[in-house]
Amino acid sequence: MKRIFFVLSTLSLLGLLQWGVTTLLLDGPIRQGPYYYQILILAGINIVLAVSLNLTNGIAGQFSIGHAGFFAVGAYMAASVSYYAGPAIRGLVGFLPLAGQDAAVLLLALAAAALATALAGLLVGIPSLRLRGDYLAIVTLGFGEIIRVLILNIDAVGGARGFSGIPKLSNFFWVYLLVAAVIATVGNLLRSSYGRAFIAIRENEIAAQAMGIDVTRHKVLAFVISSMFAGMAGCLFGHYTMYLHTNSFTFVKSFEIIIMIAIGGLGSIEGAVLGAVLLTVLPEAFRGFESYRMIIYSLALILIMIYRPQGILGQASVLKRLGARMAARRSAQGNVPVTAPAADGGNGG
Amino acid sequence: MESFLQQLINGISLGSIYALVALGYTMVYGVLRLINFAHGDVYMLGAYFGFYLSRILQGRTPYHLLDAALVMFLSMLGCAICGLLMERFAYRPVRRASRLTMLIIAIGLSLLIENAGQLIFGANPKFFPQLIPESHIKLGGLMLTNQQVIVLLTAVTLMILLNLFIYRSRTGKAMRAVSFNMDAAKLMGIDTDRIIALTFALGSALAAAGGILVSINIPGIDPLMGVMTGLKAFVAAVLGGIGNIFGAVLGGLILGLAEVMVAGYGSSTYRDAIAFLILIVILLFKPAGLLGKGAVEKV
Repeated sequence: MKRIFFVLSTLSLLGLLQWGVTTLLLDGPIRQGPYYYQILILAGINIVLAVSLNLTNGIAGQFSIGHAGFFAVGAYMAASVSYYAGPAIRGLVGFLPLAGQDAAVLLLALAAAALATALAGLLVGIPSLRLRGDYLAIVTLGFGEIIRVLILNIDAVGGARGFSGIPKLSNFFWVYLLVAAVIATVGNLLRSSYGRAFIAIRENEIAAQAMGIDVTRHKVLAFVISSMFAGMAGCLFGHYTMYLHTNSFTFVKSFEIIIMIAIGGLGSIEGAVLGAVLLTVLPEAFRGFESYRMIIYSLALILIMIYRPQGILGQASVLKRLGARMAARRSAQGNVPVTAPAADGGNGG
Repeated sequence: MESFLQQLINGISLGSIYALVALGYTMVYGVLRLINFAHGDVYMLGAYFGFYLSRILQGRTPYHLLDAALVMFLSMLGCAICGLLMERFAYRPVRRASRLTMLIIAIGLSLLIENAGQLIFGANPKFFPQLIPESHIKLGGLMLTNQQVIVLLTAVTLMILLNLFIYRSRTGKAMRAVSFNMDAAKLMGIDTDRIIALTFALGSALAAAGGILVSINIPGIDPLMGVMTGLKAFVAAVLGGIGNIFGAVLGGLILGLAEVMVAGYGSSTYRDAIAFLILIVILLFKPAGLLGKGAVEKV
C-alpha cells in the first residue's frame, strides 16, 4: 500500500514538474529556455548512465569500460522499433488519444531496448566476468568498440550516415521517471542480500566465495542490470535527439561515465548523481572560455583526483545519514525499537 | 601469392610500429600496474616534434639520412622529457592511491594533451615532410619502398637495444626487480622513484620513435592520431601478456598482420574491430595473454 502511494506520488510529482518545465522553459518567458531544457534532459540521461555503471564498477567492484556500447545497443534497438514498427503500433492502439499512442510506442521501444541490452549484457558478461581487474576492463572496452563497429556496418540503421527520422517521444517526464527507477532499483538492491553480496565480492572475491556467495552469478546479475538501464537511457536519448550516430558512442563516452562516478565518489548513488550533473553542467558553463574549455576540464579532473582521490562525496551517503538520524529520533521517542531486544524474555507469550 | 607476401610485409611493418608503442605500455604497466592511457598521445607528440624539427632542419641542403636520424633522436629526447614531467607531476603524487585514481588521471592527462595539442598545433592535419626521399626496391615480384625497409630496421634495432638494456645492464636488472616486487626492491636499496621515472622516459622515447616512423610512411599527422593507435597498441600489449617485453612485440605483430589482412581481403570497415575481436578470443582462452604468467591470488 505504502509502495503504491509512493509510486503514485512520484508519478504525479513528475507530471507536475513536466508541466512546470514545459511552460517555463519551452513555451515560457525565459530566454534560451529550450537550451536549459536540453541540459536538463541530458543531465537526466547521464544520471541514469552513471548510477547504473556505478552498480558494476562501484558497488560490485567489476571494472567495466564498455558502458557506451550498451547505451548504443539500447538507443539503436529502440529507435528501430519506433521507426519501423511505430506506425503499426499506432494502428493497434488507434483508439487512444495522440499522447497515449506516443506513450505506447515509447514504452514498447523502451521494453525492446531493455530486453536487447539485458541480453547483450548477459552475452558479454558470462565469458568476460571470469577475467579480473585490468583484463576485464580492456575486454569490456573491446566489446564496446566491437558493438560500435557492428552498428556502423548495419545499413538498416543508417550505418555511417547515422540514423535519422526517429520520432521525438521522450521528454522530461520519461527521463526523470527512468532516473527515479534506476535510483530506486540500485538503492533497494544495495539494501538487499544481493547488494551485500555485491559489496562482499568487491571487497574480497575469495572471501566472498568462501562465505558461499555464487560470485559469477552475482557479477553477471550486476552487469546485466547495469547494461539494461544503460540501454533504456539510450532509448530515451535517441527519442530526444531524433538522430543517432555511432560517433556519440565511442569509448570516450564510456570514459566520461567513469569520470562521473569517480568524481562523485565511487560506490555512492548520490556521488554518481552529483558527478553526472557536474559533468553535464560544467562543460556548458565553461562555454565562454571557448577553446580553453576542454583544457580547464581535463586539468580540473587531474587536480580533483590528486587532491581528493575518493571523489567529492566519497563513500558518504547523505540519504543513509539522514535515515540514521531519523531512526535515532524515532527510537528516542520510544515508538520504534531500533534493535530488537533479544534477551528480555520474548513477548510475554 | 605475391599480393599475399606484399600484405605480409605491410602487416609486419605496421605491426612493428604497434610493437614500439606497446612496449611503452607494457613497461609502465610492469612497474606501476598502471594503464597509461596518455601514452598514445605521447606518440602523437613525437610525430609533432619530428614535424617541427624537420622544418627547422629543412632549410639546409643537402638533406640526408643523418638529418633524419637527428630529427628522430631529438624527438625521442623531447618525448622522454614529457614522460618524465608526466610521471613527476601527475602520477607520483598519487602513487599510493587506488588504481582507479591513477587510471582517471591517465584519462585526464590524455584529454589534456589532446586538447592542448589542438590548441597549439591546430586541429587540422599537417603534412609530415619527407625525411627520406622515396625510392622503390624490387625484390622478386615484390615492391618495397626504402621507407618501409628503414622503418622496419629502425624498429627492430630499437627493440634489440631495449632488450639488451633490460636484460644485460644493471639498471635494467633494477627495473625488472621493481616490476617483480616494488617493496622488496626498495628494501634492497634500489631507488624505485628513479627507476619508475626512467621507465616513463624510455617508454615515451619509444612512442616518439613510433610516431615518427608512422609519419614517414603515412605523412598526415593530427592531434588525435594517438587515440586509436594508442588503444590498439595497448591491446597488443595485453594480447601478448602485459608486463612482458616479448609479449608486446608478439602482440604488435599479430595485430598489425591481422589488420592488414582484414583490410586487404575482407572489408576495411571492420579493420578497427578485428583488434578487439582477437583480443577477446585470446583472453577467453588464455586470461593472462599469450606470454603472460597467470598470477595465483593468495588469500
